[in-house]
Amino acid sequence: MTEPTPMLTPEGQPAASPDLEPPPLQAPEVRTRGWQALTPRGRKQRLDRLAELAAVHADEKGRSLWAEAFRRLRRNPAAVIGAVILLLFVLVALIGPFFVPYSPTSTEWADQVKEGQNIIPGPSAEHWFGLDHNGRDEFSRVIVGARQTLLVGVVATTLGLTVGCLIGGLAGAAYGLGGRRGRQIDNFMMRIIDMLLAMPSLLLAVSVAALLGPSLITVMIAVGVISVPVFARLLRGSMISQAHAEYVTAATALGVRRGKVAIGHVLPNSLAPVLVQATLTLATAIIEAAALSFLGLGNPDPAVPEWGVMLTDALTRLEVAPRLTVYPAIGIIITAFGFTLLGEAMRESLDPKLRR
Amino acid sequence: MLLEVEDLAVTFRDDREVRAVDGVSFAVDAREVVGLVGESGCGKSVTSLALIGLLANQNTRRVRVEGRASFDGLDLLRADARTLRDIRGREIAMIFQDPLSSLNPVVPIGVQVAEVLIRHRGASKPEAMRRAAELLERVGIPDPTRRLKEYAHQLSGGMQQRALIAMAVACRPRLLIADEPTTALDVTIQAQILELLKELVREDGTAMIMITHDLGVVAGLCDSVNVLYAGRVVESAGRHSLFGRPVHPYTVGLLRSIPRLDEDRGARLTPIRGSVRDVLPWAQGCAFAPRCDRAIEECLAGPPPLAGVAHTYRCVNPEALP
Repeated sequence: MTEPTPMLTPEGQPAASPDLEPPPLQAPEVRTRGWQALTPRGRKQRLDRLAELAAVHADEKGRSLWAEAFRRLRRNPAAVIGAVILLLFVLVALIGPFFVPYSPTSTEWADQVKEGQNIIPGPSAEHWFGLDHNGRDEFSRVIVGARQTLLVGVVATTLGLTVGCLIGGLAGAAYGLGGRRGRQIDNFMMRIIDMLLAMPSLLLAVSVAALLGPSLITVMIAVGVISVPVFARLLRGSMISQAHAEYVTAATALGVRRGKVAIGHVLPNSLAPVLVQATLTLATAIIEAAALSFLGLGNPDPAVPEWGVMLTDALTRLEVAPRLTVYPAIGIIITAFGFTLLGEAMRESLDPKLRR
Repeated sequence: MLLEVEDLAVTFRDDREVRAVDGVSFAVDAREVVGLVGESGCGKSVTSLALIGLLANQNTRRVRVEGRASFDGLDLLRADARTLRDIRGREIAMIFQDPLSSLNPVVPIGVQVAEVLIRHRGASKPEAMRRAAELLERVGIPDPTRRLKEYAHQLSGGMQQRALIAMAVACRPRLLIADEPTTALDVTIQAQILELLKELVREDGTAMIMITHDLGVVAGLCDSVNVLYAGRVVESAGRHSLFGRPVHPYTVGLLRSIPRLDEDRGARLTPIRGSVRDVLPWAQGCAFAPRCDRAIEECLAGPPPLAGVAHTYRCVNPEALP
């Protein structure tokens, strides 16, 4: 990737005044070739020579910063562990429900549960995690609950990401490239975002959930809404810092339209921190969703198992069967841990200061 | 005249007013290569940015641009943003100093070259990519179809500058502004890039403003030279006249501070004393007077008027007469 041909020649002088005769040097062949390369007539030879040298690394394909970052990511053990955890989680969530031993809603063992006598049967060969307070198979419920958790996390994060990036991208582009009017638009949008940021996130989520009534969709929207200001602020800041980069001036100097500069040049350079944040947000989204369900604002339908709801139900029976709180809690912790590991590793791999 | 700049003045207003460019006048004929020479901070780059209207874009500063810059009858300093955007890249193109930071790191080279063609020539994407490959070949990048897909950091400094030049000449502009295009490069690569620029402007009949601090670059490339000091042109002449008979003490000082091969080893260079900070505002006298060996009382009487006919200079006590 170094400048090939004529750099290898020993001439330094022609740069200052190309009209000069090259001074006599010890290696005449090299000198002649080098000198030809500098004149228009020598262009063909120059190209041939350059192609020859360039062929050495012809196996390299165009490699973007993203590809470089991915290569670094693969070497980071934290990233690999995080990715494996997430892969298992996603597999469990997607295909687990087809392989569970029992239906998660079947209450056919209800007669074994005697709540009045504080008897909830524990793990056995038949029921690996035992039964819950309604006589349902706990193992099947934990597995099927993973799907809900994944769904809520992904949908809520996507929602927050989309809305946040729309607001942040617009504000960032307006501030960076839009002149005085643009800064006014940015100012207006950011004050609204500041108001959202000022509210404690769980309080905000609870307010949204209370407004819309308890349901799964409510949880998704509520968790999504609280991540909107984070994404908006992040993308805006990132775009503003890029808007003063020299390549933006260069593109503007070539007449590229402002919209094209914003979308084609500034945005792709600003997305890295946003993607990292999205991974980290998935972790918090899962925790927040569980928290909302735990507070009774989640899915009221007991037929659909969900880790947060399971935690709530288990809480009142903590003294009888503490294990019922452990299973969903471990599920939430491991999943959030996986996302956090991967997110932190991504942040490191994209951080230019930590490269190599 | 293709471009006529008259009394261009640029003032930055932060806490205090800074007049970065203070009444610069020069002209560029079609197919002519004009040099703007001077030390760092003398207003070279600000002049070029002001000409294509990129100063107003930098919204962190408050900038005032005065004067007139007539490009083929149109005053660039008063044209509206839309007109300027159409002119940039198509009629006037610019090459910047640092090639790596002037290329977008996450967009392949080919897309960046094609973008200019799509913007100004209305080319379709595949058509523009084909033209982009031809352009890369023209500026001497080997294996252009492969390079099209590569990213800026995969090219060497020389190749990056070639790619930027390809973008600048993509629409065959009538005026090319090169802002220290070789400063960030190795000496050998500098020579190649200058040779390439020379060849391109000759083939296309493009006029060029070469902004540099390197008198060697000027000697090899420019038809006429304007020497800037503290935001004003202090001497303006054809290449042969300027190098043969420098008139202004500043130009003479610049030429003396170049190391020469034919001098004895160990002979001391003759630098200009003081630094660019020791300036006098032009309104009070000659800005160069505090550093000038030939300063006399009249130097502080007021701004020295422009003297000379073909070889003009601003000095009341010149070294020689042109």
